[in-house]
Amino acid sequence: MSTPTFFDGNAAAGELRDVFATDTTNAAGQCVACGAIAPLAQGHVYAFEPGIIVRCAICEHPLVRLVKGAGHAWLDMRGLVYLRLEIP
Amino acid sequence: MARTTLLGRVAWYVAAVIERRDESETARTLVLKVPQWPGHNAGQHVDVRLTAADGYTAVRSYSIANATQGDLLELTVEQVPDGEVSPYLARTLSPGDPLEIRGPLGGWFVWHPVALEPVQLVAGGSGIVPLMAMIRTRAQAHSRAPFRLIYSVRSPGATMYAGELRRRALEDDGLAIAYVYTRATPPDWPRPTQRINATTIAESVFPAGQNPACFVCGPTAFVEAASGFLKEAGYNPTRIKTERFGPSGGTS
Repeated sequence: MSTPTFFDGNAAAGELRDVFATDTTNAAGQCVACGAIAPLAQGHVYAFEPGIIVRCAICEHPLVRLVKGAGHAWLDMRGLVYLRLEIP
Repeated sequence: MARTTLLGRVAWYVAAVIERRDESETARTLVLKVPQWPGHNAGQHVDVRLTAADGYTAVRSYSIANATQGDLLELTVEQVPDGEVSPYLARTLSPGDPLEIRGPLGGWFVWHPVALEPVQLVAGGSGIVPLMAMIRTRAQAHSRAPFRLIYSVRSPGATMYAGELRRRALEDDGLAIAYVYTRATPPDWPRPTQRINATTIAESVFPAGQNPACFVCGPTAFVEAASGFLKEAGYNPTRIKTERFGPSGGTS
């Protein structure tokens, strides 16, 4: 398969809401690699047990990696310069 | 609405299936009763979790089809051949059965009825589901926001909500619906089967000058193509919100 199947950041909303206190699909993040700024909803999501990867929709650089194990979540966000979250 | 869920974790609920109805040749709507459901916004989705006897779990996202209505939730499930989850949801699950769901989820691919601007909806196949929630929410809120929908679908028999869309096109003031059939058309349809293209887009959408809010939902390839045509038609890319799902199932 030349292009792996992906969903988008909308589909990661549930898993990310387990570790964030607020919605992340509407949060704008800047990609470390290409500088693009976009809501996480626009990212490409590859979900394979036991984790998910959100990649930049422009350059496919990994922005967020989340892996869950027994009682812990590992969150790797080094692909983001920042994430601007809405706080109600 | 759903303001209470903006902070803190989103709960898993045990919903009960109270009704099941055929929505097309391959899609079924499940009506769920969800005690303590906080309400939802049009365009949001839920995660559905199935757990096998040996503890194996599978989680999939499904768009919510109905306008918020107390503790009732409607999911329309397109059965994916060889799917791990959708055949169970569409065929096996029956009234009275429990179903674990988490939500409401997503704050970006959402339409709020306070908005008055024109709204352009573009659906590919089962991508109609969250857009249907927007059309229903618009009617429920007596919104005057002008709405246009382009619905690309395989055939008349694969059309979801066919009767309701026909009725709403006549009764809902300010709602216009255009269809594109990709494999088989209704009898006497003036067009051949075709995929959505620059011409079908140009004929049906709001002029770019009206700067509509735009929601595109469907399989990945459809969403990429349709949003490309919208940009060619002069749409501002920052006004186009997309939700895509892969051929293996996922969101709706």
